[in-house]
Amino acid sequence: MKAKVRLFARLSELAGTREAEVEVGEGLTAGEVYQALCRRYPALSGINGSIRYAVNGEYADPGHPVGEGDELALIPPVSGGSRAV
Amino acid sequence: MLFEITTAALDPRRLIERVRKDESGAVVLFSGVVRNENLGRRVMYLEYDAYTEMAERVMGDIAEEAMRRWPITDVAMQHRTGRLEIGETSLLVAVSAPHRKEAFEACHALVDRFKEVVPVWKKEVWEGGEEWIEGEAVNRSG
Repeated sequence: MKAKVRLFARLSELAGTREAEVEVGEGLTAGEVYQALCRRYPALSGINGSIRYAVNGEYADPGHPVGEGDELALIPPVSGGSRAV
Repeated sequence: MLFEITTAALDPRRLIERVRKDESGAVVLFSGVVRNENLGRRVMYLEYDAYTEMAERVMGDIAEEAMRRWPITDVAMQHRTGRLEIGETSLLVAVSAPHRKEAFEACHALVDRFKEVVPVWKKEVWEGGEEWIEGEAVNRSG
């Protein structure tokens, strides 16, 4: 039972990858998948407070379930456009 | 309606034509461009990353919010990704409406909302360093 994780911007540079597969067993929460990912990519640790989650392209709480075939994205604070933020 | 993340150069004329309807008396276009300075640093170029599939869908969601709130006739938004040089256009938001007031208001609100919720990120590269710029984390409903 695997889920796909997508990483962007600073997080993809910290992990050195834009995609990862995580074993979710019978199902984990978004926050638990992030913890599992931190064990594999320690550079991702410690940014917990500043990220949001999206499950299958929809913003989701850390407690949102992630199961077989789901896509979890770790979303750093967004900064599109061109102004200073 | 058009919501697009693209690596191609953005064309404001095309977007204006796209949203203009025969009942539109006004088209407002916002163009976000890369400037050469931020926080006292001399910016050389920007690099944009996006969660493309989600970004395009969220753009549609915020356009629908705007269409419910203002009597506007159409909305289109494009954001470019990859490396952008000084003076290049990163974001276009076009709104058409029967009258200018709601076109201005809706376009302004859409640009602000875009920057809060659409998953697009920029990296600033200046002489001697680089940094991913991160905005405020906000709730989606915020």
